Amino acid sequence: MSRVDSLPSRLLWGDAVAEALSAVMHRPARALLTSLGTIVGVAAFVTTTGVAATLNAQVSSSFDALAATEVRIRDPSAEGASPFPEDADARLERLNGVNHAGVLYSVPDDGRLSPRSNPSDPRVSSTARVPVVAATPGAIRATLPQVRSGRLPDPLHEERSEPVVLLGRVAASQLNVNVVDDQPAVFIGDTAYVVIGILEHVERNPELLLAAIIPSSTERVRIGARTSDYEVLIDVAPGAAPLIGRQAPIALRPEHPSSLTALVPPNPSTLRRQVETDVTSLYYALAVLSLFVGTIGIANATLLNVIERRSEIGLRRALGATRVHIAQQVMLEAIIVGALGGLIGTMLGILAVNGVAISQTWTTTMDPRLVGFAPLAGVATGALAGAIPAVRASRTPPAVTLRS
Amino acid sequence: MTNVVDVQKLEMTYAGPPEVRALRSCEFTIDQGEYVAITGPSGSGKTTLLSLLGLLESPTGGRYYLDGANVASLNDNERAAVRAHKIGFVFQAFHLVEYRSVIENVQVGLLYQGVGRLERRTRSIRLIEQVGLEHRASALCATLSGGERQRVALARALIRRPSLVLCDEPTGNLDSSTSERVLDLLGGLNGQGLTVVVVTHDDRVAARASRHLTIIDGQLGQGSSSDV
Repeated sequence: MSRVDSLPSRLLWGDAVAEALSAVMHRPARALLTSLGTIVGVAAFVTTTGVAATLNAQVSSSFDALAATEVRIRDPSAEGASPFPEDADARLERLNGVNHAGVLYSVPDDGRLSPRSNPSDPRVSSTARVPVVAATPGAIRATLPQVRSGRLPDPLHEERSEPVVLLGRVAASQLNVNVVDDQPAVFIGDTAYVVIGILEHVERNPELLLAAIIPSSTERVRIGARTSDYEVLIDVAPGAAPLIGRQAPIALRPEHPSSLTALVPPNPSTLRRQVETDVTSLYYALAVLSLFVGTIGIANATLLNVIERRSEIGLRRALGATRVHIAQQVMLEAIIVGALGGLIGTMLGILAVNGVAISQTWTTTMDPRLVGFAPLAGVATGALAGAIPAVRASRTPPAVTLRS
Repeated sequence: MTNVVDVQKLEMTYAGPPEVRALRSCEFTIDQGEYVAITGPSGSGKTTLLSLLGLLESPTGGRYYLDGANVASLNDNERAAVRAHKIGFVFQAFHLVEYRSVIENVQVGLLYQGVGRLERRTRSIRLIEQVGLEHRASALCATLSGGERQRVALARALIRRPSLVLCDEPTGNLDSSTSERVLDLLGGLNGQGLTVVVVTHDDRVAARASRHLTIIDGQLGQGSSSDV
């Protein structure tokens, strides 16, 4: 007699998914509890990744905005007169990538300068005295100033060594100067200087808000101080700092550039990468740990479920299900639970990232691919967790239906 | 009349320890449309024989022809395919999926034949009417009485249009009046040409069959007879 000529055992994919969905959803509370580990894992993954991205964006913007666009040049051996050429502003501003540049330095005051609004006022003690700073127009602009009243000194003031002064907001208050419309004067030494503006804020060299700032050529002509405090301040375009740090000494002192020291901020991209690596490695490790715990949770619950449903699995085998069909159903059930956990975890994670960002007044920064990837991580978790229970379920003998 | 079942020197030994010879050289045939009762005391090998006839296990010796094809040495997937298309089961414990409705449980009988959803639904409605449960078609199986459950199980077995229906103590969990109704139903289906094999130790159930096979200590006893 011939061997059997029977149609194969066949389970349609749609039916397999429907059976798995039905098995999972008839106990929604259990499905939710089973997926709790994945929910926590994926939520932790999304939260940590999202917070890391948001934090990095804050770090990056801080670096980019200020530190990474600043170069300072000093002459360690300077003593007495300015070591920088009078046309330093022009030389530096010709370099590609330089926004503003110039020389500034504190003018030593032994009590003779003592800025005051009335020449008959007594000269005050050094602690209450308004300090005097000399600066070229380019240097003042390189501090990224905001003017409350009046205007900044211009190259003409510098060229003509005019007796004009720009007051920092604190200095103006000390000297009782509130507006500059009526061209008030302050006295530095015995010379009257016309107040042309009041600074409200500076991004760099905040000590300027305490000072009376005069053009450097005016200082040379009218005071002639001797100091070692000279510095060139350069505001550069983002990313140009390392290049300008090399070019500026050559522009200022072509015959001996190495005698000047350039202070260049660390490369922002390197620094950012370092911060990103440190922060995100830690967070990813935590997220992977959470997902691992979630995987074990689903695996345990699915295994328990398989043991509980041994009779049903035996029935399906008796009705013609192959081992692959049984494994497929258990895997699909675990994957559905994982996907459920992934979706809920992703939503909770996004909420958490937004919560952290709002509480810190940061801008939420998340990779949109994360929203797609996180539920897939849940699916992968489910698939991984379902593997062992699926194999175990597939080994259920169909004869169990006759003996239970 | 053609043989649906032809068993020759069928053996089943469970590896030990201790080794158990559950069936010894069984030989019999069952014709198309027969109603056969397999009886015997507990532990005699009735369930083992049913398990082999239903391809739930493979025999350790002998030959088994189902619809003329040798099925004794099939692999696991081939046995699953034969079960899916040719054999219907009715179990003592019903084995319904408790969290599914009557109509869904009946449809499970066609799930592994790859039959589409619409045809499954149409055929299951027809079978549910045939067993008199049309008013409970949407009810969850967990809410059914014992008799209703066994009728659902019967519908699930019949929807496959099997060559052979195997019943393991089909009234074992039912009271006497419900048992009679289930047996009437089974008898009626046999009257329409269905081949039925019932394993039982209940004389009232066996009395419904057209032929008895008695099994004692794994061997078909001398009492095996056709005693219509």
